[in-house]
Amino acid sequence: MTQIPETDLDTNGATDAEGAQAPPSALKWLTDRLADSTAFIFVALLAMILVFTVLRPDAFATVNNLRNIAIAASILLVLSIGQTFVIGTAGIDISVGSMLVFSGVVASLAMAEVGGGQGWASVGVGVAVSLLAGGFWGMVNGLLVTKVKLPPLIVTLGTFGGVLGLAKVLTGGINLRTVPNELVNTLGIGRAFGVVPWLVILALVLTAIFGVVLRYTRFGRYTLAIGSNEEAARRVGIDVDLHLLKVYTLSGLLAGVAGIMNLARFTNTTIQGHDTDNLQSIAAVVIGGTSLFGGIATMFGTLVGVFIPTTLQNGFVILRIQPFWQEVAVGAVLILAVYVDQLKRRARNRL
Amino acid sequence: MAQQTLLQARGIVKNFGHVRALRGCDFDVYPGEVVAMIGDNGAGKSTLVKIVAGVQPPDNGELYFDGEPVTLADPTEAQALGIETVYQDLALAPDLDPAANLFLGREVLKPGLIGKLGFLDTKAMTAKTLAAFKNLGAGVQSATAPVATMSGGQRQSIAVSRAATWADRLVIMDEPTAALGVVQSRAVLELIRRVRDQGIAVIIISHNMPEVLSVSDRVEVLRLGRRVAQFVTADTDMEALVAAMTGARVQEDAG
Repeated sequence: MTQIPETDLDTNGATDAEGAQAPPSALKWLTDRLADSTAFIFVALLAMILVFTVLRPDAFATVNNLRNIAIAASILLVLSIGQTFVIGTAGIDISVGSMLVFSGVVASLAMAEVGGGQGWASVGVGVAVSLLAGGFWGMVNGLLVTKVKLPPLIVTLGTFGGVLGLAKVLTGGINLRTVPNELVNTLGIGRAFGVVPWLVILALVLTAIFGVVLRYTRFGRYTLAIGSNEEAARRVGIDVDLHLLKVYTLSGLLAGVAGIMNLARFTNTTIQGHDTDNLQSIAAVVIGGTSLFGGIATMFGTLVGVFIPTTLQNGFVILRIQPFWQEVAVGAVLILAVYVDQLKRRARNRL
Repeated sequence: MAQQTLLQARGIVKNFGHVRALRGCDFDVYPGEVVAMIGDNGAGKSTLVKIVAGVQPPDNGELYFDGEPVTLADPTEAQALGIETVYQDLALAPDLDPAANLFLGREVLKPGLIGKLGFLDTKAMTAKTLAAFKNLGAGVQSATAPVATMSGGQRQSIAVSRAATWADRLVIMDEPTAALGVVQSRAVLELIRRVRDQGIAVIIISHNMPEVLSVSDRVEVLRLGRRVAQFVTADTDMEALVAAMTGARVQEDAG
């Protein structure tokens, strides 16, 4: 073998190898977070909370109010978990709100058939039906994207309208009110230790689980690899179509979970209430630092991104500012977030 | 040569509509050599490489690996034979780090139950990646920064290292230095020699004649979809190569 010195092509972008192997610590975790754009948005959320607290300490920073914010965010958070994976693959899912409504409708219909719409058996059937319905529509999205090769935007725009339409056909457009008391009293209005609502706990547990899946497992790795360079993933032998099918199905399944949470919270199917869930979840995911172009995604960012619009809305109401300003503010933050993402990409891809 | 070929292509035909990319093309690779595939634009180099890499099937003709006839229906079948390809367009995932790219599709999972759940053994992959870079002198120190933040030379080094890590027999490189500066090109060529020194054969496509003469052991020349000449690099010069590429001189026994 010829002896060649360690050829040093370019020292830029070369951090030391020791740093890569340093034991993970809380401090390192924090500095890692601060290095990405999620940190910026997290600081923005903290600043927002601080401002509202200073302006109305009596009304904003109360346990009751913070609980209200968390409840209001919980259902959107569950939808946004799936959305994070989908956008991570450079796709998009506009149909999440419609899948939520459809799942809730068929679950309510099914629960009415068991025990007259009351009792734990009825709850069990409802949960199963809701998950199946959500997973089914997610799979339909995935099959249309991978097998029929249609753009995700168009596929989910189609199911966004179509699935909501089917839900209205099933109900005649009138909200169903069959929701067992067992479900409402536990998941709907129940609290762990009398303090933390079960809705919030369920949403946070799912966020934590799928945050770990995204960051530490092969499933997460494939998600970001496909979003980063689909052709590269194909060439190394990753079954890209199968993975995308799983990701869209996951989004549907989580919409099914959100469908049950929605029934539990509102005790009816709220057919008219989810037209903008898709845009809200996409905004939350992108504000949180997940790249709309795929390849970069963070569940912690999504968590923060969901809380920003919810906190703004709540704060504006308390400050007696017209709550519609919240929509204006979220729109502006969304555009800013995508702009920052593009700037970062341009700066990084220096080639 | 009496030596058994590693890879032999015979009479490969490939048409794209009315375009006859390959018209009965032959090609030979011997174990442990760097063979340069040269030819003018449209000679069929990239098409032949895609067929050998399993990306496209030929319309006609045979491939032999270790003397046995093989069909390569997709890239994974080529990979199973120990053939890896470095594509012109890199084919790295820019948002992932070098270790993730090196192990893409071949992730190492943690031992035990947690690995069965799909948890990645990032530490093991990072260590092996740094070892591979060091072993090949790849000039990439970090295994954890996104590939997109690195220079073209570093990215190409990662792509070549990945191929060399997984290829037991043959690495194919489609213009590996086309996008690189002088210093970075030299480093990649050095990397190619190191791959060869590990007993892995290399096919390199290049338009750069000095580069071909410096790195290859043999040269095969394609012209209009056929092989028109074979040279031992030590016995030839740039003039002879260019003459064969342009059709100014023809070797009767090459086709």
